[in-house]
Amino acid sequence: MNSNRPTNLDLTTIELPLPGKASILHRISGFILFFAVAFMLCALAASLESAESFAELKSVFDNGLVKFITWGILSALGYHLVAGVKHLLMDMGIGETKEGGRTGAIITLVLGVIVIVLAGVWVW
Amino acid sequence: MVASVTNLGRSGLYDWVVQRLSAVILALYTLFLLGFLIASPDLQYGQWQGLFACTWMKVFSLAALISICAHAWVGMWTISTDYLKAAAIRFAFQLVCAGFLFVYLVWGIDILWSV
Repeated sequence: MNSNRPTNLDLTTIELPLPGKASILHRISGFILFFAVAFMLCALAASLESAESFAELKSVFDNGLVKFITWGILSALGYHLVAGVKHLLMDMGIGETKEGGRTGAIITLVLGVIVIVLAGVWVW
Repeated sequence: MVASVTNLGRSGLYDWVVQRLSAVILALYTLFLLGFLIASPDLQYGQWQGLFACTWMKVFSLAALISICAHAWVGMWTISTDYLKAAAIRFAFQLVCAGFLFVYLVWGIDILWSV
């Protein structure tokens, strides 16, 4: 490739198209989930250890900060799942055109918002 | 050209398949747990412990745990090769990721098999 071509990879000056936004959110949510697994395993361990630790874990969820973190993790998980399903559908050849990609991104973002709101309702 | 010695399957196609297979397992596991929690709003310890005491649930959970490790490795590897150009920093980041995943795997197996 001609190395003299001008390139701009400065993310702060690039206006991402909608599919790009859906994609970077998929990546960010995955990055968050990588660390969230530690919290999930913590909760799983406490929930299964004994009836006492199970009850203790339940009471911990009354804490506002814990609720917020839980909502954050569920939001990341929900969005990552929705965007992942879009990926699998596109792998099957569904919505691969430029217009289809845009429609898919809109559906993903809308479903993502719905999932995040529902997760909030569930937690609070 | 990025050295491909650190990617999971030495080949992009293999990683691609692993990423999708693990994604399907994780989606099924997530939806199953979500359904179980929604179906039992007043969940008691006995019920929860009983679920994880079943052999099939242990196997399902272990499949999800292994899937997390593979899926997260491919994902974090992709992120590291996209943004971290200095080899030393990239390898350090990948080492930290591998450390996390190893702990997750051992810790998860310990949790599942002490039920």
